[in-house]
Amino acid sequence: MKLRKLALAASAAAAICSSLLVAPAALAQAKEQFFPVLVYRTGAYSANGSQWANGYVDYLKLVNARGGINGVKIIFEECETAYATDRGVECYERLKGKNGGATLFQTLSTGATFALTEKAPVDKIPLITAGYGRSESQNGAVFTWNFPLLGTYWVGAEVAIQHIAKKLGGVANLKGKKIALVYHDSPYGKEPIPVLQELGKLHGFEVQLLPVAHPGVEQKATWLQIRQQKPDFVLLWGWGVMNSTALREAQATGYPRDKMMGIWWAGAEPDVKDVAEGAKGYSALTLQHGAEPNSKVVKDMLDLVYAKGQGTGPKDEVGQVLYMRGLISAMLGVEGVRKAQERYGKGKVMTGEQVRWGLENLNLDQKMLDSMGFAGVMRPVQTSCLDHMGSAWVRVHTWNGSKWEFTTPDWYQADEKLLRPMVMLASGKYAEEKKLKPRTPEECKL
Amino acid sequence: MGFFIETLIGGLMAGMLYSLVALGFVLIYKASGVFNFAQGAMLLFAALAMARFSAWIPEWLGIDSLWLANVIAFFIAGALMYLVAWLIERLVLRPLVNQEGATLLMATLGIAYVLEGLGTSIFGTAIYKIDVGMPKEPVLILEGIFEGGLLINKEDFVAALIAAVLVALLTLFFQKTVTGRALRAVADDHQAAQSIGIPLNHIWVIVWFVAGIVALVAGVIWGSKLGVQFSLATVALRGLPVVILGGLTSIPGAIIGGLIIGVGEKLSEVYLGPMIGGGIEIWFAYQLALVFLLFRPQGLFGEKIIDRV
Repeated sequence: MKLRKLALAASAAAAICSSLLVAPAALAQAKEQFFPVLVYRTGAYSANGSQWANGYVDYLKLVNARGGINGVKIIFEECETAYATDRGVECYERLKGKNGGATLFQTLSTGATFALTEKAPVDKIPLITAGYGRSESQNGAVFTWNFPLLGTYWVGAEVAIQHIAKKLGGVANLKGKKIALVYHDSPYGKEPIPVLQELGKLHGFEVQLLPVAHPGVEQKATWLQIRQQKPDFVLLWGWGVMNSTALREAQATGYPRDKMMGIWWAGAEPDVKDVAEGAKGYSALTLQHGAEPNSKVVKDMLDLVYAKGQGTGPKDEVGQVLYMRGLISAMLGVEGVRKAQERYGKGKVMTGEQVRWGLENLNLDQKMLDSMGFAGVMRPVQTSCLDHMGSAWVRVHTWNGSKWEFTTPDWYQADEKLLRPMVMLASGKYAEEKKLKPRTPEECKL
Repeated sequence: MGFFIETLIGGLMAGMLYSLVALGFVLIYKASGVFNFAQGAMLLFAALAMARFSAWIPEWLGIDSLWLANVIAFFIAGALMYLVAWLIERLVLRPLVNQEGATLLMATLGIAYVLEGLGTSIFGTAIYKIDVGMPKEPVLILEGIFEGGLLINKEDFVAALIAAVLVALLTLFFQKTVTGRALRAVADDHQAAQSIGIPLNHIWVIVWFVAGIVALVAGVIWGSKLGVQFSLATVALRGLPVVILGGLTSIPGAIIGGLIIGVGEKLSEVYLGPMIGGGIEIWFAYQLALVFLLFRPQGLFGEKIIDRV
């Protein structure tokens, strides 16, 4: 009996001691901001997805190496989607409540963005879709939780036509031209169509639509049609293997690569590396940055993360286009949290709702970007409650046979006068369909 | 007219490659009665091995010759495919002897996942290059007859030629060699084949190995065209409508089926696609196969199965 009492007492003492030990740990845990990371390191698009994911998580590690977000450490967990919408939604559901709740989600898929757009407001978690997603979600009055930061596919389409017009010697020379869109037959690939058709009507050029079925390994028929119809330019809206296959088919049918231009998801190293000389002259829009191996943020990454053996991917890929895309996407999320802390308490863990405020009040001016190591990489980003995009700057880089380079220093800015009414119309229709009441400027001030 | 012929030739050349992929399905179905869902994964695994070893061997052995490195890599990849065949027979087929067809089908799905995972874990997920010196630039012929000439893709032409040679060799192997006859005997009747002393387990290893070599050749051709990456596993799906159409048990069926599907999908995409929105070639191939099934459920050359009730 005595032994039993002794055992009980010992257990109770152990429980108290362990609770005392756990308490500081729990407190420490309360200082951790949770970033769920939806990635695709497997599947048909893994070569591209892995680089993005490496850049994303490496930046989170870099922030921690620099002391966290005003002392708040970032914890993250990857979830594999294989670029499948259903798995993306499953990952969202699995991670949204974990570790005190998700700070935000970056879906890395237009399909998953469509699927999650209605869930995010219910769960009060922001969705960042930097350079992808629904173009009309720029209107923060309707899409209150979506943030297509840095640009949308409509921005891309409009700038693509600006660039072509410049090559032709002026907008007037677009008249009578044929521009083919070779696109991934998915919500992503279809996004630019309304803008191209609108611009076609405006400037008098013909738009030819050539869809390619997932994953895009078979494009012979598409390129035979291009050979027959002889478009003046080809816009490539592909992803993964579809891009390199398109370039190989262009080579095989003799279509000049310098008449081809891709969206930013068709303008990274995996798209052209193996085609090498066969892709020479091919251009792609960039989401401000290209490959940036000499930038300060990359040097910091190598010094503070890779030198300590904590890098996620191969060292030689640090600074490549998709790596930078992942890195910048992570930076935007982190800065959203930092901004939210300015209002809700420095050094505190932010909720999804607070981060939304941070994201719609982002003001990354050039000085701030330069101090973070992004000098020469990007231009300022300023969002508002009604503008969730924050920037519409684009550059064009060209593959020289061995690397991407900016042949022209020009920065393009999308024509808001054309795009804004389209955004308002499409988002208005969405609000009507879903019976949503758009936020007023007064509501935005709250 | 020139454009129509160009499309037709493009379809025939693509069809020859589909035949090669379909052949992998037919070989295994003929010998073991299993519809092998792992054919695509075998193709990916073999191509990954070929691509990586052809890059590693010059580093390891200090060889400068690309040709020699490719030959050595091909043999190593071939040996790996033998190992895969042996392991499949030992770990999957032998324990499942006399099980339902559906069980074996599900087992091949499992093999597919294992090979995909293992291949990408060992060899990586990036895009790798196979450079076997295939010509990339197009050539124009008959410029005097057709306006603008007929554009022939040299790479496709060489690939179709290799596929045709392999198909011919396999046909000879099945018809003229002792092992080939044994394979056909096993395909016709397992028990009867065993009763005359044909070792079933050994035959299964051989047939999975031959299917592995077919996957390797297809992987080298497609890998040279597209780069070696995960999407190659989906290339095998192009062989599915071919075997539906040609029949699961017929090598000539795989060849003719491949050509019909190749031509059908290219012509449909070019001539029907613009009318109904485009991007139709993949599902059109299945539609075409289904129409054939309506009239010949066993496929064009498949054996008609009559069960006594």
